[in-house]
Amino acid sequence: MNIIIVGCGKVGQTLAQLLNEEGNDITVIDMNPAKVNETAARYDVLGVVGNGATHLTQQEAGIKNADLLIAVTGSDELNLLCCLIAKKAGNCHTIARVRSPQYSSEAPYLKEELGLAMVINPEQAAAAEIARVLRFPSAMKIDTFAKGRVELLKFKLPEGSPLEGLAVKEISTKLHCDVLVCTVERGDKAYIAKGDFRFMEKDVISIIASPKNASNFFKTIKYKMNSVKDVMIVGGGNITHYLSEILDRAGIGVKIIEKEQAKCEELAEKLQFATVINGDAVDQQVLFEEGIESAGAFVALTNLDEENILLSLFAKSVSSGKLVTKVNRIDFDDVIRHLELDTVIYPKNITAETIVRYVRAMKNTIGSNVETLYSVIKGKVDAAEFIIRDNSPVAGKPLMEMKLKPSILVASILRDKKVIIPRGGDTIEVGDSVIIVSDFPLHDIAEILDI
Amino acid sequence: MNYRMIANILGWLMIFESMFLAVPTIAAAVFWESEFFVFLGTALFCLAAGLLITRKKPANTVLYSREGFVIVSLSWIVLSLFGSIPFMLSGAIPSFVDALFEAVSGFSTTGATVITDVEVMPRSILMWRSFTHWVGGMGVLVFIMAFLPLSGGQNMHIMKAESPGPSVSKLVPHVKTTAMLLYSIYFALTLIMFVTLMIGGMDPFEALNTAFATGGTGGMGLKNTSMGGYPAHIQIIITVFMVLFAINFNSYFFIIHAKFREAFTTEVLTFLAIAAAATTVIAFNINGIYNNMSDSFRHSAFTVASIMSTTGFSTEDFNLWPELSRSLIVMLMFVGGCAGSTSGGIKVSRILILFKSMKKELELLVHPKQVKKINIDGHPIEHEVVRSVNVYMVGYVLVFAVSMVILAFDNMDLITNFTAVASAMNNVGPGLELAGPASNFSIFSEPVKLVLIFDMLTGRLELFPILLLLSPTTWKK
Repeated sequence: MNIIIVGCGKVGQTLAQLLNEEGNDITVIDMNPAKVNETAARYDVLGVVGNGATHLTQQEAGIKNADLLIAVTGSDELNLLCCLIAKKAGNCHTIARVRSPQYSSEAPYLKEELGLAMVINPEQAAAAEIARVLRFPSAMKIDTFAKGRVELLKFKLPEGSPLEGLAVKEISTKLHCDVLVCTVERGDKAYIAKGDFRFMEKDVISIIASPKNASNFFKTIKYKMNSVKDVMIVGGGNITHYLSEILDRAGIGVKIIEKEQAKCEELAEKLQFATVINGDAVDQQVLFEEGIESAGAFVALTNLDEENILLSLFAKSVSSGKLVTKVNRIDFDDVIRHLELDTVIYPKNITAETIVRYVRAMKNTIGSNVETLYSVIKGKVDAAEFIIRDNSPVAGKPLMEMKLKPSILVASILRDKKVIIPRGGDTIEVGDSVIIVSDFPLHDIAEILDI
Repeated sequence: MNYRMIANILGWLMIFESMFLAVPTIAAAVFWESEFFVFLGTALFCLAAGLLITRKKPANTVLYSREGFVIVSLSWIVLSLFGSIPFMLSGAIPSFVDALFEAVSGFSTTGATVITDVEVMPRSILMWRSFTHWVGGMGVLVFIMAFLPLSGGQNMHIMKAESPGPSVSKLVPHVKTTAMLLYSIYFALTLIMFVTLMIGGMDPFEALNTAFATGGTGGMGLKNTSMGGYPAHIQIIITVFMVLFAINFNSYFFIIHAKFREAFTTEVLTFLAIAAAATTVIAFNINGIYNNMSDSFRHSAFTVASIMSTTGFSTEDFNLWPELSRSLIVMLMFVGGCAGSTSGGIKVSRILILFKSMKKELELLVHPKQVKKINIDGHPIEHEVVRSVNVYMVGYVLVFAVSMVILAFDNMDLITNFTAVASAMNNVGPGLELAGPASNFSIFSEPVKLVLIFDMLTGRLELFPILLLLSPTTWKK
């Protein structure tokens, strides 16, 4: 694929490296000639010096033949402008990094009205990653669909679980859980599990469910989640804001320690469920007072890398809870790894990886109308998200009346921000977002019908 | 310094050299010459040695800039050393220094020879001489890079070190694809030339040799009189192709993609303008000898194309031409062709940058506080490039001067010495007086030949790689 990356900062360079390794043709644009030369020489990509938001520079970078433009400069406005111009100048997908919450909260509008394929907010992505770590420490894998409202989780069934020996259909009848089993890996074989399929120990199971139902399900089958019940967060920035919201949705208690009075008040107003403490976390007295010893997890999210690392080291020495440390600068990751700080989050890496994942999915779906694509079992089973447009052949009919291909699973339907785990009587309507699990590549929703 | 990786690439180089040697081996087989065994033996030896060295892939494959330069200069030395074996073993050129001179002259696309009578040489030897030009023209490592799975920025260091011109520009994101594209253009142009020469009435062996020698802008011919014995239309065909091979190959890429503005850069246009102007002046200057304007123009155009592209073919002995023509020819040797072509010399783009920086310096004297950037084709030339060009010029003059002094030990006249060094460093081939087109380099003593070998390699690799190889800082940890 031909990809243009605007901005040769850390994220741009990481993207250039990762995407180039996957065999794409990369062109990077930056105003700074030294940066461009460095990136071009280091990662075997083409460099263009200039303002990525100008038509001339984009033309020079070959926008006409580009499949994708990724704008990751330091400025939100510039990134959005790059994407707008690229959309007009060439026929390509566009991804913008948008950091400011004002813009990123308008992501759906930007995507729909301005035609952006993806708007990525590094802080939001980092928050999602931290939440994943806190909620599903044992889960092998988690992906999200429909902007986080539906999750795809993969876990290994331990010995002696109540689920052992049950059939798939008994999950709703006997356990009263609203989750959908997609695939079961047993040894080298992969099954798209339906109805009478019975679970055995050591099966690797993937399920699709809303975060709340997933938590319920794991509780019912007595799966040890090692998930935390309460979290202490230091620092009240954007990541804290996003993280708290996710944690609250999953029923995890949040305590935030922030130095600045004004920020505290803002947080307290927006996050009414959280306990906001106005104090300096460097003061150990404050930490002890707020119960650092008993907190299920300690998350250091201040703006200073050094402070985060030291705080986590301290927390490690006094508590046995989980530790999450945010570090902005990637350069010293080798050294930091030796400190054994459980989980260290690099927002820049997460941004790059999220984009790379999107590009991978995009590569598989060129020429189709798949919204998001994930690999459930690598190379065997995919989960694809479609948005149902007018006059789709699948719209309006109950699922049981449609003749579906045998290896197809309608995994979930998202309607008006509500997740429906479909049963035979449910229908797919225009405007729905539908997730289909299949063991062959899908390009259009109509392909699920067995004609 | 990653010695294992350097050895590994040199091993690959030997494998590739064995493949290059297949060409004269086939020629020897076709013409039923006993040199067949010499070429086959050398090829098999190179192959075996190469396979042995590359058998184990080094664990650490990281190459930095210094490894890139060392690999390039060592490669060319290894290539020439093994390339000289057939000359010695076949008895064509028995002495080691002479054989090495011939091989370096071939790979560096100089075209200077120590063979007094070319016409009695076995055809396979002649084929090997021409083919070394073709291999050396575009750069052997660029060729290897098109096939070798080296990753990423690593091969950029090698390309930077081997490609002619002040800065390297990639045509497409991947170095590998760029190398393949350049070689495709090179191959296609050579093929077109071969076919054209065949249509022009050359026999296939002559046409192939001439196409190889012109493609690499080398200049080793099959006849003692170089191209003098061929009919006028063949000479015109060769003139056109010598000019084509001296133009930046990127231009052809842009022409194929119908981007004509990018194709006809200031450098290409300046090159053509200098060539046209020089042709006209020399044509009028030599008209007294030929008394026929069309002949004068043909010889003048051929000579200018030959000298500027640094091919070194000749139709006439320009050593006998009037002083104005002779002086112009020597000056054109220094100019050379465009960057990114197979030609040698200082290159038009460097000359442009030098002139523009001189102009900038002069303006700075008038307006001491003026801020000015050097622009070519609307793109600012980075300070690093300008600096590197300046240093290149200084180094060039230094190497030139030292070589001149050493050559003086042979007690030849100054013009011979000067033009011999100029011809070697610019990879042209013939000089003037005793080193002129009608004579050859066998007149020089062995130490002087070694100096000229050094000059040819230094010139082809544009100074820095060879100088770095000799610099102690390169080898310090």
